[in-house]
Amino acid sequence: MTVTSVRKDPEALTMTITTELDATVERAWQLWADPRQLERWWGPPTYPATFVDHDLTPGGRASYFMTGPEGDKSHGWWQVLTVEPPRRLELKDGFADDSGKPNDAMPAMTMVVALTERDGGGTLMTIQTQFPSIEAMERLVSMGVDEGMVAAMGQIPEILAEDTSSA
Amino acid sequence: MLIYNHMVVDSLADDQADRVFHALADATRRDILLRTLEGQHNVSALARRYPMSFAAVQKHVAVLEGAGLVIKERNGREQLVGGNVDTMRKASRLLEQLEAVWKGRIDRIGEMLADEHNGGPNP
Repeated sequence: MTVTSVRKDPEALTMTITTELDATVERAWQLWADPRQLERWWGPPTYPATFVDHDLTPGGRASYFMTGPEGDKSHGWWQVLTVEPPRRLELKDGFADDSGKPNDAMPAMTMVVALTERDGGGTLMTIQTQFPSIEAMERLVSMGVDEGMVAAMGQIPEILAEDTSSA
Repeated sequence: MLIYNHMVVDSLADDQADRVFHALADATRRDILLRTLEGQHNVSALARRYPMSFAAVQKHVAVLEGAGLVIKERNGREQLVGGNVDTMRKASRLLEQLEAVWKGRIDRIGEMLADEHNGGPNP
């Protein structure tokens, strides 16, 4: 399995990761479309994910939780924005409270998954994660949500590199 | 997204992350940080590089210092400021952790697909 590239674009508030899959586009689509398959890779072995709902139709929702080694649960939700099987999936990924109800006080991120055929066989899968705004990212950080922080911190080398190249 | 909560533990305290954000939001401060990462600078000499007052530059340096991005030192009457390489190292470690989350997912997908090719357990 090859991660072809990881790119962070501070201007567009995005991180894009691209990978080559040894599978057809149709097979790769099932990784997202079938909740039982999703559960096998979304969470790490120490925090396996359980999808309670999973409705990949426009406007549809998914809800999931991840269970930690101490039995602790973290809840999340998806809202499906665009779905074009088997090539494109656009969704919002956000936080939920312990009952699984979306926590609207927390900013949600947009994820765009694109699957394309590779020359010579296989599938190229690109996942782009976008933050709604700098403010949302700052809020994620201030709320102690490390992902927002990680993404922001990840931008530091690029921000600095940009200034150098424009100087 | 939630696993990052658990995977990225205390690499930087939250309020420090806030300060880093704020510090990096300004072009002058980013420029100061870049220069000081290359080596220590005298604050007065640094101030002459920017079209603003000495006090304004001092303020920028203080914001960077508060974020842990630079370290100020006194050498006699001279005030020296240098980039905090340690913070930058932490930042790139965090970046690696974010990548690791997605690489972990991609590895698991790869194993699933490989199992199928080998006639192993199907989903």
